[in-house]
Amino acid sequence: MSDASKEWPLWEVFVRGKGGLSHRHVGSVHAADAKMAIEHARDTYTRRMEGVSLWVLPSAQITSSDPGDAAALFEPAEDKVYRHPTFYKIPDGITHI
Amino acid sequence: MDALATYALRLGDDSLILGQRLSEWCGHAPALEVDLSLANVALDQIGQATLFLNLAGEIEGAGRDGDKLAFHRDVMDFTNCLLVEQQNGDFAQTIARQFLFSHYQELMFAALAASKDARFAAIAAKAVKEVTYHATLASDWVVRLGDGTGESRVRMNAGLDWMWRFADELFVMDDVDAAALAVGVGVDKAALRSAWDQRIDAVLTDATLSRPAARRPVLGGRTGRHSEHLGHLLSEMQFLQRAYPGATW
Repeated sequence: MSDASKEWPLWEVFVRGKGGLSHRHVGSVHAADAKMAIEHARDTYTRRMEGVSLWVLPSAQITSSDPGDAAALFEPAEDKVYRHPTFYKIPDGITHI
Repeated sequence: MDALATYALRLGDDSLILGQRLSEWCGHAPALEVDLSLANVALDQIGQATLFLNLAGEIEGAGRDGDKLAFHRDVMDFTNCLLVEQQNGDFAQTIARQFLFSHYQELMFAALAASKDARFAAIAAKAVKEVTYHATLASDWVVRLGDGTGESRVRMNAGLDWMWRFADELFVMDDVDAAALAVGVGVDKAALRSAWDQRIDAVLTDATLSRPAARRPVLGGRTGRHSEHLGHLLSEMQFLQRAYPGATW
């Protein structure tokens, strides 16, 4: 294994599947800069007609939530069922909802 | 073979041998992502080879298809240019070969897409999109390696210096080329040279490199006079069909 400090930095890859859809995270690639990251993302993640557009961004630029804070961040939402719009009565004959 | 069948054969052989060469990188490239890049280029080339060799067989009309032409001919019957059979060497040498060839191939296919023969035109129109990407990819690497570290620069220069002597052959117009051009099917390859020169020089300037010293051009691939390397390549590529003729799976 080569020296980790000489590895290319990691980039997160987002692919737009088709026009109108949002870009979705599909994985990551190593690359020396943004241009190379786009080429590597193209060769790694769009070989089977998966996409029409690519985004890449340096993984180091992502700030993620601390797994240790998960209880405080996410568990309070578990018993707030009233936040789901499931208490409305939908009149008969309404379609497309 | 008549001129048009030979014309298709040459296009197919160029793509086939380059595709086989690039496939040798599989599992050996400097990084996983680069491994995929080279394998993608290889697969594009082998796809083009299938189409052109099938067309060559169709025009020949002797019952040979692309597989037969790829796996049951001997070294002297291959008509690829000498550039594509050159050994991979280090990564920079592979990139040098790809750089010189992909820019030629892009210009070639762009012109061939206007062929009067719809079969040639259709293959070229499909393939030109593939090779446009190959040319971009190779050019980016020439710049990265040329304008990179001292070591990468030395290797890039060495790769270009070796491959340069095989570039002139790409633009030679012989009897087959002239016959194909005369009936509106083939391309005036000699006329592509100035556009190719401009593209190559522009990338070399970006890469802070200069052209290798001029050398006596090496020719002969189109008429079957190959380097010693092609036989070794074929012995690996053709092994299965030679050991088990007609084997399918």
